[in-house]
Amino acid sequence: MSLMNKMHTTGRRDFLKSAVSGAAFLGVVSGRELAVQAQQAAGPDKSRVVVARDAQLRGAGSTVEAGRMLALLDRAMQALCGRDHALEAWKMLVRPGESVGLKVNALGGRGISTNLQLVEAICERLQQAGIKAGDIVVWDRDTAELEHAGFHPAEGGNRVQCFGTDRVDYEDELAAWGSVGSRLSKILTQRTNVLINLPVLKDHDGAGVTIGLKNMYGVIHNPNKYHPNGCDPYVADLNMLPEIRTRLRLTICDATTAMYEGGPAFKPEHSWRYNGLIVSQDPVALDFTGWQTIERKRAENGLKTLDAEQRAPRYIATAADREHRLGTCDPHRILTVEA
Amino acid sequence: MFRELNMRQDESLEGGRCSLDRRSFLKCAVASGAALGMGEIAHPATGVSAASAQPAQDDTRFVVEARFYQKLDNRKIKCKLCPRECTVGDKERGYCGVRENRGGVYYSLVHSRVCAAHVDPIEKKPLFHYLPGTVAFSMATAGCNVNCKFCQNWDISQSRPEQIPAEYAPPQRIAALAKQYNCPTIAYTYSEPVVFIEFLMDTADAGHEAGVRSIVVSNGYIQEEALRAAYGKMDAVKIDLKSFSESYYKQVVTGQLKPVLDTLVNLRKMGKWTEIVYLVVPTLNDSDEEFRGLAQWVKANLGVDTPLHFTQFHPQYLMKNLPITPVPTLERAKAIADAEGLHYVYIGNVPGHPAQNTYCPKCKKLLVERVGFTASNMLIKKSACPFCQHPIPGVWHV
Repeated sequence: MSLMNKMHTTGRRDFLKSAVSGAAFLGVVSGRELAVQAQQAAGPDKSRVVVARDAQLRGAGSTVEAGRMLALLDRAMQALCGRDHALEAWKMLVRPGESVGLKVNALGGRGISTNLQLVEAICERLQQAGIKAGDIVVWDRDTAELEHAGFHPAEGGNRVQCFGTDRVDYEDELAAWGSVGSRLSKILTQRTNVLINLPVLKDHDGAGVTIGLKNMYGVIHNPNKYHPNGCDPYVADLNMLPEIRTRLRLTICDATTAMYEGGPAFKPEHSWRYNGLIVSQDPVALDFTGWQTIERKRAENGLKTLDAEQRAPRYIATAADREHRLGTCDPHRILTVEA
Repeated sequence: MFRELNMRQDESLEGGRCSLDRRSFLKCAVASGAALGMGEIAHPATGVSAASAQPAQDDTRFVVEARFYQKLDNRKIKCKLCPRECTVGDKERGYCGVRENRGGVYYSLVHSRVCAAHVDPIEKKPLFHYLPGTVAFSMATAGCNVNCKFCQNWDISQSRPEQIPAEYAPPQRIAALAKQYNCPTIAYTYSEPVVFIEFLMDTADAGHEAGVRSIVVSNGYIQEEALRAAYGKMDAVKIDLKSFSESYYKQVVTGQLKPVLDTLVNLRKMGKWTEIVYLVVPTLNDSDEEFRGLAQWVKANLGVDTPLHFTQFHPQYLMKNLPITPVPTLERAKAIADAEGLHYVYIGNVPGHPAQNTYCPKCKKLLVERVGFTASNMLIKKSACPFCQHPIPGVWHV
């Protein structure tokens, strides 16, 4: 069943009502408290990063099987939150009435964009956790890029929404932190109060790697200004913006197909089927884990480390430093759980 | 209808202009466009306020292959337009945001993609020694190759072309509009013309064929080959020299000083009439040492007859924490440059200040009186002072 035809619908008025009632509900248990609850399942002093893989994810073919993807996602979420059932895990993260944005990465076309089956699986679990279909927005910066990646744009009605910022524009006012001053997507600021980041795992010729933290470049109007110096400190500064930081509740990195060289554009000769998901509430720990995954693959293929190529993703350490404290990149403080 | 899309300020200039927020600016643009009743080349996309979502613009007619770049392995390119020399991977854009690598070929996305157009006094550029009292058909596309924290036009200069409304206005149309509005010049301004250099070059050619000159208002952050090819077509140039220190260029401008100084020297060698604007930002580039160093450098490398404008800063964009430049600071800058022997040192953005007039460096008599952005009294005859016959450099008559 496709992402766009299985959802029951909600009109704009109902959407607004539900947003209001959701806000009231948050007065009881806030989104931040929900996130803390889930993080505490990992232990008080370590960031949990779940790496879930399924060698049979594609069955005998090349396309990811929806059923196996759902099962893989469930395993990952159970492991992340320490729950026996995936739905319990999702209910630790979201509450009915909230509006959830799923920030995908659609730049790589069908070759290496956020997997459609993964997005469908997340939408299914979110609705089972009480989120209305119309309160879920699958988005990136550009609707045409979403289409090229295989998504079907959908706007209005009681169905999962799917469109790019080009449809609603960016905020007029600048949001600024440190080296960054940008206009933010109105999808982020006006259509959602929860952000689930759904990046892909790939090499980046300038930044070293592009995973979760850098996927936020798709939230702003001027990402081209933030590529010098290996994107450092720009990536970290951008993730400090309150509009992003207060909404981000979970990162699920789609590593079904990954790239260890030649990114960010899709290069099939440098991609591999990792058939996995990397999931965490600590965006820095997740990026660090993903980076190490890419380094291992580079080594397997006889390539130099990113550091040796002078493009190690320094922004990850910056995101963890005392000025930012967005998470940890200290391996001793990361609990990696294989699911 | 070719709407006047924008009430624009030239970089570093604010005097006498209303300060508009984005929404007011759009209202103003629509209203003024209706009042001017310009042109016939509307694009459906521009009928929508930019305050709401923009329909996708037809990309293809704005896309031309870039002229200054080098192909690399693995479908990468190296841009050779500005000193930044972005290495750009496939499907990526350069720092300017208006040039894109598509399969190893680098493209400009802004040819004929005009996002701001206005008929301005030439004094607003500011060019004080070039056809005073005339107007320039002034226009811009999106994009810039630096990111000045005080940018007056950041909403177009720091945006990607698809994010702002634009008209399709090819070079011949621009030239025709300039003639239609009795503009002896076309001015490439508001954002940064370096990034729409192919459009600039083609429009300059079209303008010259139609008897219309071209001037450019630029940060001068450009490689020499591109400078000679493109600004060689210009009839006059105004360069925004943002500071006289590399650290300021690095921290406030996101660029470098040295290439801009090189540009000024090359323009001099090319024989282009050039004026310099220096935006004085309180506490950041307003020391006596900097003013003196700048004046000495201009004298030694460009000559004492090069006009130098010290202009007043107004808090904008990412630099709202600093005050407006005090007028005494500007007067101090002028006094230092005067003492170093420069002949034409002006103060800008301060309406009514006597230092916006031109005086004969020999007999000290008033030669060009300016009120706001208008030359109200122009006495120079045959490029000389009518009182003492001292030559006054510039291009004074059409």
